[in-house]
Amino acid sequence: MNFTMMYNLFVRDFRKQKKRITLTLVALAWGTMSIMLLLAFGEGLHRQMSLNQRGLGSNLAVMWGGQTTKPFKGLGKGRPIRFLKEDPEYIAERIPELKHVAGEYHRWGVTVRYGDEVLSEHVTGIHPSFEEMRYHLPQVGGRMINQIDMEKRRRVAFLGWDLNERLFGDEDPIGKQILVNDMPFTVVGVMAEKMQTNSYSGMDEDNLAIPSTTFKAVFGDPWLDNIVYQPYDKADMPHIERQLFEVLGAKYKFDPTDERALSIWDVVASQQEFTNIMIGIKMFLGIIGSLTLLIAGVGVANIMYVSIKERTREIGIKMAVGARRSLILSQFLVEALMITFTGGALGMAISYALTEGFKRMPVNPGTADVLEFMGRPTVSFEIGMAVIIILGAMGLLSGLFPAMRAASVNPVESLRYE
Amino acid sequence: MNKIAVNTNGSARGEAKSMTDTIIDMRDVRKSYRTGKVSFEALKGIDCLVKRGEFVGVVGPSGSGKSTLMNLMGCLDIPTTGEYYLEGQLVNKMTPNQLADVRNRTVGFVFQAFNLLPYATAYENVEVPLLFARVSSRKRRERVAELLSRVGLADKMANKPTEMSGGEMQRVAIARALANEPDIILADEPTGNLDSKSGEAIVSLFDELHQAGKTIVMITHDMNIAKHGERIIRIKDGLIQTNGDLS
Ligand SMILES: Nc1ncnc2c1ncn2[C@@H]1O[C@H](COP(=O)(O)OP(=O)(O)OP(=O)(O)O)[C@@H](O)[C@H]1O
Ligand SMILES: [Mg+2]
Repeated sequence: MNFTMMYNLFVRDFRKQKKRITLTLVALAWGTMSIMLLLAFGEGLHRQMSLNQRGLGSNLAVMWGGQTTKPFKGLGKGRPIRFLKEDPEYIAERIPELKHVAGEYHRWGVTVRYGDEVLSEHVTGIHPSFEEMRYHLPQVGGRMINQIDMEKRRRVAFLGWDLNERLFGDEDPIGKQILVNDMPFTVVGVMAEKMQTNSYSGMDEDNLAIPSTTFKAVFGDPWLDNIVYQPYDKADMPHIERQLFEVLGAKYKFDPTDERALSIWDVVASQQEFTNIMIGIKMFLGIIGSLTLLIAGVGVANIMYVSIKERTREIGIKMAVGARRSLILSQFLVEALMITFTGGALGMAISYALTEGFKRMPVNPGTADVLEFMGRPTVSFEIGMAVIIILGAMGLLSGLFPAMRAASVNPVESLRYE
Repeated sequence: MNKIAVNTNGSARGEAKSMTDTIIDMRDVRKSYRTGKVSFEALKGIDCLVKRGEFVGVVGPSGSGKSTLMNLMGCLDIPTTGEYYLEGQLVNKMTPNQLADVRNRTVGFVFQAFNLLPYATAYENVEVPLLFARVSSRKRRERVAELLSRVGLADKMANKPTEMSGGEMQRVAIARALANEPDIILADEPTGNLDSKSGEAIVSLFDELHQAGKTIVMITHDMNIAKHGERIIRIKDGLIQTNGDLS
């Protein structure tokens, strides 16, 4: 089909029904805008929530000792399983798929003192790999607990940012001495602020973390409270879980099929679940948007039908001077598509401008800002493509049936009467 | 049926071929319309020959089937039964696209109601058949200008139908009918909506076209106008009554 010819015909016919086309364009722009904004909102929410979720750390699992529920090799059921400080190393040697395995201690109600400030706090004994596994990233000027701290059992502390504020206020804490249960510790770093929406033993912002070796020496806890591990490849998670039951079952003499012997929280699995929920939410928003757009599509089909009814004589005239049916069909189809895409482009431009505006709105971190939870509506390339495809399909459908009717006009009848 | 009709008036035009060439050849053509369950036969067996270069007037009472006949001649519709050869081609067998191309290039229609595109200018109206024929834009411009000046409307190119008189509209329609240099002009009461003066102007335009070699079939109520043709076909109740010379 000759494009310039189609274009000529379209521009001419367009002039005739400016008002109706304008109204339909508004409806289309509105529909496109609602689908775009809803999808952009879903995207922003997803991005923000997964960002917040990563506050705990991604691709990791937390393991606690449980209680046996099956008798094994002459041992009765109901035995508690507890981890020793050397267990992480033991596991690492036997499960090479693991990138990091580290033990963790917890103790609540520990007196922490700096100057006149006396607080009762949650102290954790951790490992340097927490920097990567659990996003224990230091703020500028400080550092995280390191391997030498571990080996030398140094009395060093890494503070959650909220605890730091309560203890030091505006003062620079790095290098300062604090008393933990009356024992002096040196602050080496403060955790960089992060959004954390899930946790297993308190929030990181309130933690006072010290090397686990130091913790063991100072508090004398006989058992680790939990073990945290991270695989190289998150796809190995389920398989690693089975191996852990085998390895620890052999060591602690429990049936590897005894599911209660160990309790494992696989963050990857719950992240997958979260991702699925987000996909569900996005689909829901997309469907709502599509329905709004559909109404505009009905509008397009409607003006096409109305205009064909009004233009049967014109169609007859064109046929009388030699228009093929396929030309009439494509003329109306192209017209519907042009209207759809013009309205769609308008709506997309407005949505894009709005989301860009949102991005420039200031956020105050730390305060309970809505944006911190909701994120900012974001128009991604995928959203753009999805909307274009939906518009195209809608334009085709809403144009095709009226166009088919136009092409089936009987020229003799349409020309008979004035 | 006498297939080797002799053109009595062909000597003025020199072309040997056109002298004996039959352009429209209908054999026992019938056309019935169906309205609900009722079928109405508007044409009841038409045998009709038109030779190249002829100017034929068609007369008959209202409802006799004149327009139906013309729509068939112009391939706007196809016969229910019977055979129609246009320039030797069997129209009954043509595909819809072939019929469209015939309407675009071989015949030109002129209607009583003008049938111009109402929102398009005179220029654009004349251009439409050229667009369908995929004529290049430069050629289109030349051709439209030439056609409009030929019908005396060089200065009305930018006028829309609402800004023109009936006579002017009909001249635009004639220019449009001539756009792709068709062999045949089919006119259905071209003067029906015009006062006698502009009607005469239109008819003399047809005379000119006839002089220039076009084949013309013109339906009319007005005997005086019909007499411009070399021959008159009278139709009554879907049948041809007389099919002969004016005399
Ligand atoms: N589409 C149709 N359906 C049913 N009947 C039709 C149809 N078209 C034409 N007719 C009938 O066929 C007959 C011939 O119609 P046609 O238009 O050819 O007449 P006409 O000779 O041109 O009349 P007029 O001089 O009034 O224009 C009329 O009786 C008309 O009612
Ligand atoms: Mg008629």
